[in-house]
Amino acid sequence: MARTSRPDVEKRTLIGFILLIVALGAVLGGAHWRSDAQFAPKLGLDLQGGTQLILKPRLVGDQTVSSEQVAQARDIIAERVDSQGVSGSEVTTQGADNIVVSIPENPTRQQEENLRRSSALQFRPVLVAEPTTPVPTPTAGTPSSSSTSDGSTGSSSTSDGSTGSSSTSGSSSASTSSASDTSSSSQRRAAATSTSGSESSTSATSSESSTSGSTSTSGSGTESPATPTAKPTSTTDQNWVTPELMSALAALNCGDPEATAGIVDDPAKPLVTCSTDGTEKYILGPVAVGGSDITNAVAGYQLGPTGQPTNTVEIQLTFDSKAAKTYGDLSIEMLNLPSPRNRLASTLDSQVLIAPSFNSAIPNGQASITGGFGFQEAQDLAKQLKFGALPISFDLQTRSQISPTLGEEQLRLGLFAGLIGLLLVVGYSLLQYRALGLVTVGSIVMAALITYLVITILGWAQNYRLDMAGVTGLIVAIGVTADSFIVYFERIRDELREGRTLRTAVDVGWRRARRTILVADGVNFLGALVLYLLASSSVRGFAFTLGLTTLIDIIVVYFFTHPVVTLLARRRFFAEGHPWSGVDPDRLGAKPRYVGRGRFAGPAPTGAATRGASGRHTASTTEGSRA
Amino acid sequence: MSKFSDFGNDLYTGKRSIDFVGKRRTWYAISLVALLIALAGMGLRGLNLGIEFTGGSEFRVSQVSIPDNYESTAQDAVRSTDAGQTAKVSRLGSDTVRVQTEKLDDAQVSDVRDALAKAFDTNADKVSASFIGPSWGESVSKQALRALVVFLILTMLVMALYFRTWKMAVAALVALAHDMVFTVGFYSLTGLEISPATMIGFLTVLGYSLYDTVVVFDKVRENTQEAFANKRSTFAAAANLGVNQTVVRSINTTVVALLPIAAVLAVAFTRLGPGTLLDLSLALFIGMAVGAYSSIFIATPLLVSLRAKEEAVVALDKHAARVQDKVAKATVAAAAPAGRGSAAAPPTPTARPIGGDPASALEDSVPETGGTVTGRAVHKYAQSGPRNQPRKQPKSKR
Repeated sequence: MARTSRPDVEKRTLIGFILLIVALGAVLGGAHWRSDAQFAPKLGLDLQGGTQLILKPRLVGDQTVSSEQVAQARDIIAERVDSQGVSGSEVTTQGADNIVVSIPENPTRQQEENLRRSSALQFRPVLVAEPTTPVPTPTAGTPSSSSTSDGSTGSSSTSDGSTGSSSTSGSSSASTSSASDTSSSSQRRAAATSTSGSESSTSATSSESSTSGSTSTSGSGTESPATPTAKPTSTTDQNWVTPELMSALAALNCGDPEATAGIVDDPAKPLVTCSTDGTEKYILGPVAVGGSDITNAVAGYQLGPTGQPTNTVEIQLTFDSKAAKTYGDLSIEMLNLPSPRNRLASTLDSQVLIAPSFNSAIPNGQASITGGFGFQEAQDLAKQLKFGALPISFDLQTRSQISPTLGEEQLRLGLFAGLIGLLLVVGYSLLQYRALGLVTVGSIVMAALITYLVITILGWAQNYRLDMAGVTGLIVAIGVTADSFIVYFERIRDELREGRTLRTAVDVGWRRARRTILVADGVNFLGALVLYLLASSSVRGFAFTLGLTTLIDIIVVYFFTHPVVTLLARRRFFAEGHPWSGVDPDRLGAKPRYVGRGRFAGPAPTGAATRGASGRHTASTTEGSRA
Repeated sequence: MSKFSDFGNDLYTGKRSIDFVGKRRTWYAISLVALLIALAGMGLRGLNLGIEFTGGSEFRVSQVSIPDNYESTAQDAVRSTDAGQTAKVSRLGSDTVRVQTEKLDDAQVSDVRDALAKAFDTNADKVSASFIGPSWGESVSKQALRALVVFLILTMLVMALYFRTWKMAVAALVALAHDMVFTVGFYSLTGLEISPATMIGFLTVLGYSLYDTVVVFDKVRENTQEAFANKRSTFAAAANLGVNQTVVRSINTTVVALLPIAAVLAVAFTRLGPGTLLDLSLALFIGMAVGAYSSIFIATPLLVSLRAKEEAVVALDKHAARVQDKVAKATVAAAAPAGRGSAAAPPTPTARPIGGDPASALEDSVPETGGTVTGRAVHKYAQSGPRNQPRKQPKSKR
């Protein structure tokens, strides 16, 4: 019969629960032994301190920065910091244009650079492409970028393209240079004989103007748009190329790491720049599709013709619908253009990552860029592209250690208070539920243990950090966790009052309490999920803690409290309703329940006569047949 | 202790009943007054937002040897001027102290500068002052607000689906809004500073209040469903019994949830003074207490008010009134000789006037020991028949 196999189910559940805790402990222990996991949860900025970075906008010439731009940059930097895990950092503006980033850890150079670089991705049509005359040191880019990024700020943008390029850049740079070989001779001719721009489609013009309007910056160009032979009408129009631009192109020395630092990037104007590896220099048309039109960016390995992943790392971009159309139209238009002008350059922070030619029209607006970066770099870049570009790049002004604002005393006293609170809860539940209160205490201890393990593991794996609000949240969670036990116990008591025996009261009570606990916790979990997905910074951290404790609450109730109570209900101490068991039917004023043949379940009406083993037996069998 | 459990038993059986639903106008009035005060406070005094929201002034005392008690030194220095009570103090690197205060005007800035220079025994020109922007900027608030709205809509949908009536969702939401307005109003009236930590506290209150209301509603739903099935008690009475039956749970959970917070509050108040811990624990304490209140005194009565005009509820109430009328007549008639309900009686099973079955109420009046033909003592419950079934009334009386 089912009833005889029941004990095994409960015991098995308990064993499974204990195994879960042991497994979590093993994960933590293994992480500590193998990796750098600590046995204490990681603490947040307010409790532990961290690193403070002061970022200053990089202004070229008489460029100015507006307070809106700083505010926008602050938001984007905050999002970038958040994307590195639930870290609880603080990003503020300081004075007129500085941005202060406080991070509860010691960021690596790479991380810090990822925060402050602009990451403005643009697609600009190539108007003129020229291979750089014998590159002095082709490999100069790689070492110089990593060394100069420490102190000097100029080449921070070049490092992205070239640091990780040792293995992967071969393929992509080869493709660009081979393309330029074939085109270099013809493009000069094209530049000299100004072709009419009438072939450009009008749709491209209209949508181009809208995209450039949204990203327009206040920078005043150093190279003024001097007297073109005819007014350029589209982004691919050859009339953009002026003699001034040609001379600027000739003067540009891509071997110099500082060469591109002074470029003023106006999306509505043509741009003279180098490729990131310094092998080619370009005159590019105005921005056709800008980085702000990107809705999603995913880094991955490019698929070969057979669908096999290749070694080339690419970033898949998804545009919003308007930009997708622009991009599609542009691809159709450029397909028919002569050689250099059928190439579309992807520029990152004013440098050309890659400038491939179109082989076919791309109507769906799915673009991918390969720029010879390593996988990790591509992932970082993809994140940055997703949140949008900073309106301006920043330089690191100072970097210093910052002490916690709350200090050890607050944390110590907070924990001390939590302990007192826990003892009070223990005392109260013992008073209310007698021996059953011990189950509450045990469950809370179990919940605390799991919480500690999970938080510590998450601190190691996901950079989860506890700040003061988090600590308080956990203390509150003690009460909320106890709540679900109280709901359960009160239900059991209700069923006892109805005259059921303890065993059936536990069964029926559990079935009813389960619903309540599930729906109440479910609502909370839903809230946590929504807040986590939609909100940012500390609200997100809170949502995470809330969701975690809710989940742990359900696990403990299901896999610990209920089995323990069921097992205890079989013990004589509880089943007979000992006054100290907390489930004494007399004390609960249970109503006798007629079970047939003149016998009763629950407390006997006239005394203790019928409260023997036989009475209980009868009761439980009847209940069993009813269920 | 035993008093308390008796209290719980009586509330469960309905022997003792607190009229939460019937006196709902009183509770509404109390809450309305409290909310008006809270709203007036918010309108008149506004909220004391922390520098995380508004930005503030920042001072850096550089090139000093930092004493161990730099925190209190700086705090005292700031407090000695009229620049506000709370300052965030932290150490930067090895020789700089950073002090952040609320936004100050030029005169205050120079005051604080001098005070800090004096406190750290250095020149005023070693103390730099600047303005800092908010770290919890508008965009964060906007995002949080949007998330909150989505959360509330989803919660309403889930509750409307689970409870099969949107009116419960509305009542729960009103209770939620009640708690939030009250808590925030408390902050504006007392002038306590709102920091990101307190915002988190508000959100915790939100979650807790919702949890509490859902638990109470689950019992109310169960009881009212029963009432619709057996048509023996009015909707209001069934809902009231539900609240009464969960009131012990509500008290227990509230006490258990508030105990740890009270401990934090006490420690923060006596040992730490104003700061994150005090702000946060106070927000939680007030909010959770109000949350417990609203789930009992506001949510369920509001539900009854909302549903009172429904056809099904009106029909149920009519039917139940008739049934109870009959039961009452029968009980009065039978109880007179038996002297039911004397205080000295042993804990006999008591009737449930509302919600329970009226048959048992009838049986209460039957003498305790009745012999049968065989002479075996039979409990009064069994005297009505072989099964504990209500006697079937003749059709004419139904």
